[in-house]
Amino acid sequence: MEALEAVLLGVPLTLLVTGASLSIGVVLGVPLVMGLRSRNMPIRSACRYTVNLLRGIPAIVWLFIIYFGVSIGAFQFDAISAAIIGLGLISAAYMAEIYRGGISAVHAGQWEAGHALGVSDWTTFSRIVGPQALRVSIPSMTSYAISLIKDSSIASTIGVTEIVFFTTQDARSGGGGLTVYLLAAAVYVAMCIPLGLLSRKLDSSLRKKVSR
Amino acid sequence: MSFITDWLDWFPTLFDGLLLSLQITGLSLLLGLPVGLLLAVFASSRNALVRGICVGVVEISRGAPALVVLQLFYFGLPSTGITLSSFTAGFAALALTTAAFTSEILRAGLQAVPAGEIEACQTLGVSRLDTLRFVVIPQGLRIALPALMGFAILIFQATSLCFTIAVPELLSQAYSIGSSTFKYFSVLALAGLLYAAVTIPATWLVGVTEKRMSRHLTLAH
Repeated sequence: MEALEAVLLGVPLTLLVTGASLSIGVVLGVPLVMGLRSRNMPIRSACRYTVNLLRGIPAIVWLFIIYFGVSIGAFQFDAISAAIIGLGLISAAYMAEIYRGGISAVHAGQWEAGHALGVSDWTTFSRIVGPQALRVSIPSMTSYAISLIKDSSIASTIGVTEIVFFTTQDARSGGGGLTVYLLAAAVYVAMCIPLGLLSRKLDSSLRKKVSR
Repeated sequence: MSFITDWLDWFPTLFDGLLLSLQITGLSLLLGLPVGLLLAVFASSRNALVRGICVGVVEISRGAPALVVLQLFYFGLPSTGITLSSFTAGFAALALTTAAFTSEILRAGLQAVPAGEIEACQTLGVSRLDTLRFVVIPQGLRIALPALMGFAILIFQATSLCFTIAVPELLSQAYSIGSSTFKYFSVLALAGLLYAAVTIPATWLVGVTEKRMSRHLTLAH
């Protein structure tokens, strides 16, 4: 029981890090996907390189670079901000890819119809294609959120007091190491199950209102 | 440009780390893929107990973060009397993660093989095992190949988690150089670029494979 209490102590920060970095990713992913689809070649390749680098380097390396590597004068990021910024930037790259898939899943006729009616590019994107693309993207976004809950465990390596941090602490001080890790695993599974169910439900209801 | 001389100094050490990371990736895939295939096949077993065990193993090791599995193997197992070296614990844990994730990828691949082919085998009197061996698995593996390669890239990235159990892989080497020289940014950036030097071309390769594998589809329609 004590072990379970120790593990549960970390839940708030796990949720905070996941939620905050997911929000950063959802917002920053939009300009990034617009850059990826830009007609301007330098902008397009700059965004492509950014996304590739963010996704190609392991999350733990990004967190270390931000936490240990960045110091502007006497300023350094504290562990929680470093974790949120690092995971947030990585999510932005993944979100951009998800959005890109969503946009290409919307039928090209929607763009053509917009143009034929004299609607501007921007309005076609923001009022017609964008909302449909978002509907297609939401299931992948929830599965990304699930994997982000698990990836947030990496924040423990820079000392954020989330689930794995307390788990390791408890395992090192107490005797029964195996139980506390199994409990931690169970807590993660328990947090992911509702999201998984939600994703399945959203998938079937949202797909109906998309022209493909 | 002092950082260039630093990078040249550090490169051999980091390169050794990179080789170790690749070695762990290779071992986890070598061990995890066959287990993943077994799990995928037995997940559709007619025996409810076998099916239940497979689904349980897959769900728990997919639901828990790789970091937890890793630390469970290294810090948790000694309490049951099994003590693994950090290298063994590292690749064993990643192999388990590989098995769990690839079993889902392989299951999707196996299910994508048209049901008509299995019915044809039944009609021709081919045994269930032979249907799997000669018809379903070879085609399912081909379908699953791009996704499996994509997963291999993720596992390569996940080897960086072995830092937490003191395996001297790429990130650990970079961190120890950083803690002795205090040039964290520079050395970690080099380590990051070394990771990217593997993952970015690999991602490109996945794209090429995906196109090659779906070439026949454009002809069929």
